[in-house]
Amino acid sequence: MPAPIRLRELIRTIRTARTQAEEREMIQKEFIVEFGTNAIHSLSEYNHFYSSMIQPVKSDLNHSTQYVQGLALCTLGCMGSSEMCRDLAGEVEKLLKTSNSYLRKKAALCAVHVIRKVPELMEMFLPATKNLLSEKNHGEILHTSVVLLTEMCERSPDMLSHFRKLVPQLVRILKNLIMSGYSPEHDVSGISDPFLQVRILRLLRILGKGDDDSSEAMNDILAQVATNTETSKNVGNAILYETVLTIMDIKSESGLRVLAINILGRFLLNNDKNIRYVALTSLLKTVQTDHNAVQRHRSTIVDCLKDLDVSIKRRAMELSFALVNGNNIRGMMKELLYFLDSCDPDFKADCASGIFLAAEKYAPSKRWHIDTIMRVLTTAGSYVRDDSVPNLIQLITNSVEMHAYTVQRLYKALLDDISQQPLVQVASWCIGEYGDLLVSGQCEEEEPIQVSEDEVLDVLEGLLVSNLSTPVTRGYSLTAIMKLSTRFSSMNRIKKVVSIYGSSIDVELQQRAVEYNALFKKYDHMRPALLERMPIMEKTATNGPAEIVQTNGETDSTILDTKHLPSITQPASQVGQCNYHICFCFAGIPPMTAYNKNGLKIEFTFERANPNPNIAVITIHATNSTEADMTEFVFQAAVPKQQLRMRVKLTYTHKGSPVQDLAEVNNFPPQSWQ
Amino acid sequence: REREREREREREFIMIFTFSCNLKMQFMLLFSRQGKLRLQKWYVPLSDKEKKKITRELVQTVLARKPKMCSFLEWRDLKIVYKRYASLYFCCAIEDQDNELITLEIIHRYVELLDKYFGSVCELDIIFNFEKAYFILDEFLLGGEAQETSKKNVLKAIEQADLLQEVSNHILWQCSKNLSDLLGNHIATPQ
Repeated sequence: MPAPIRLRELIRTIRTARTQAEEREMIQKEFIVEFGTNAIHSLSEYNHFYSSMIQPVKSDLNHSTQYVQGLALCTLGCMGSSEMCRDLAGEVEKLLKTSNSYLRKKAALCAVHVIRKVPELMEMFLPATKNLLSEKNHGEILHTSVVLLTEMCERSPDMLSHFRKLVPQLVRILKNLIMSGYSPEHDVSGISDPFLQVRILRLLRILGKGDDDSSEAMNDILAQVATNTETSKNVGNAILYETVLTIMDIKSESGLRVLAINILGRFLLNNDKNIRYVALTSLLKTVQTDHNAVQRHRSTIVDCLKDLDVSIKRRAMELSFALVNGNNIRGMMKELLYFLDSCDPDFKADCASGIFLAAEKYAPSKRWHIDTIMRVLTTAGSYVRDDSVPNLIQLITNSVEMHAYTVQRLYKALLDDISQQPLVQVASWCIGEYGDLLVSGQCEEEEPIQVSEDEVLDVLEGLLVSNLSTPVTRGYSLTAIMKLSTRFSSMNRIKKVVSIYGSSIDVELQQRAVEYNALFKKYDHMRPALLERMPIMEKTATNGPAEIVQTNGETDSTILDTKHLPSITQPASQVGQCNYHICFCFAGIPPMTAYNKNGLKIEFTFERANPNPNIAVITIHATNSTEADMTEFVFQAAVPKQQLRMRVKLTYTHKGSPVQDLAEVNNFPPQSWQ
Repeated sequence: REREREREREREFIMIFTFSCNLKMQFMLLFSRQGKLRLQKWYVPLSDKEKKKITRELVQTVLARKPKMCSFLEWRDLKIVYKRYASLYFCCAIEDQDNELITLEIIHRYVELLDKYFGSVCELDIIFNFEKAYFILDEFLLGGEAQETSKKNVLKAIEQADLLQEVSNHILWQCSKNLSDLLGNHIATPQ
């Protein structure tokens, strides 16, 4: 470095001063500026003196002493604002071309900062990059040059294409680093300049990505680094890690990719937890693309679930879920359930959701599936996400042969613990739905329990009064009690409960109770139909259960507001206000015939709602073309969330005999749902 | 045209890649086991209030880590790399795409530089000579990136800056001595 010459020069200059005044002047000129820069250095970017700093920094950049220049570059490069960068980019560019390597490397990093702050200025640094990697500058400025080139390539596809031609040069430099003899200056534990190696590997990654030719050109050197790097210390592993990242990102041949994954596999067995951590992180990134290769390390990954470190556990968990498939589901689920039991509360929600998803995809049997759900609900029941409740209900509904078993297990779980709300909600719903199976002891899968109707009602009423129950849970439980009125014989008790809650302080509960009361008093003939068993719900794209739509409008029969139908119209809160309306944009939709059979014709007409025009109101016109009356007519409709179609259930009495029919309405005009 | 379209697609991909990939150290903190901050170097613009908040939260988080845990943790949207040397925690915040293992080496290199300069560095050295510690850091890292990978060169640069400092101090001392001599001639003489 030429610094000593400057320093001596400076001292000589000062000594030439003939008078003290002159001496003082020289010092002032030289050092107050420097102190000024130091002062600037410690100010934060939001200081309003910023714009007045530009001039001092600018003059410092042109100072005769490289230390002052260096300080100025440092100041600018660490926290220069966009304004400063814009004004001083020219000075930085000049210094990037100087022969003084001390300044040149600082200028390079300063340029990186300028580009980050003002990306449009990138072009102006292009000429200066021409010889950055040339041999005569080896060592001194290579590292910062590579950093600058990397920044430019990342920010601009044009720069990226332009610099692709540097690949052979970079490969050569890297090769020299690996092959060269001992260089004590740059050595870290026997490895030459690992910082530079890592930066070159990263730049190669960016240049090779998506480009066949470049990837091929770097293939050999990557294999060489991967096999020859000493792995006994962290520094060697740092280089291997970067190499693996590069191999996985470029278009490498399959042999190289396998080599990379195997390196990660070895990392997993390393005693150093840091190495295990980066291995898991990288495996998580490649598990989709190199699934089979990663599967081979599954048991090691599962072992990491027992690691003491929180970050390692989390990665191991995510990776485990990614590796679950139809073949390993039983074994994996055992490990994951065990993990769920013992893991931190932070993990439980994610783990539970992951287990539900995996179970749904790969369950080997319905019984296994229900058992797994039960296990999750009982061990992590309070951490389960809210949206799991409707999903689980749908699952249970559709597992018809498991109803008796499920309700029995859920009932038993309630006897043990009523604090976990998701568990309690699912259990309440099931008891309301399948309570008849419970008391009649129909369970085949295990020993049926003996329980009376009163005992079941005791449990449900217990939920209503318990402080542990949330308002939502109370809603579930009241509804369940109501549903049992058509399944149990103890109607009086149920009527009493329902009438008591008609004056509940909780408005939700009150409304429900009042409506259920009305069912008992005025619409008792409808009650059986309304409260009967839910049909199998079709899976929609969103995996959510079907919803009951609110039918508006007048008809000549009594259409009941089905809003509080005891089913899964509980807060599927994600959907927001549109739960009970069909929302769509439209203009003039023609009426349609939804159903026409046995003299009963049902037509739908559409209109814009007022005031919200995004909501359509479907008016149902039902006409009876037979001679006899149709009485006790009930129209029920279920609408899946995604597409506009309906499953309709009609019941009425005609000529003295009850008629019941199920139908699907699929012929909604496209304008109604597009 | 096919190639154009492919390039367009690649460009799109690269553009997204660009925004999500920042290879940068955002800040470095040094603090004691009691949570006293000894050094702070920020490579991103933040208000004093924000800096204080980050420092407070991060120091708490790192001090709560048990010895068996690894040196990396996720904090907000950053990766934190920390290492304890005697009574001091060296803590860096890096962005998502950075190589954590090499960051450990960066920390280690800085510790080696301090060690070489102060001769078996300890916390007290840093407390009483914090400007020097910053100076050494600024000769090693610039904008969060290593500017010099040779230990020798960094130490040489610092040595020379020290010499410059000494010379300037000497000259200033000289000046002030001359000045006080001058003043002394006038004031000291009793009336």
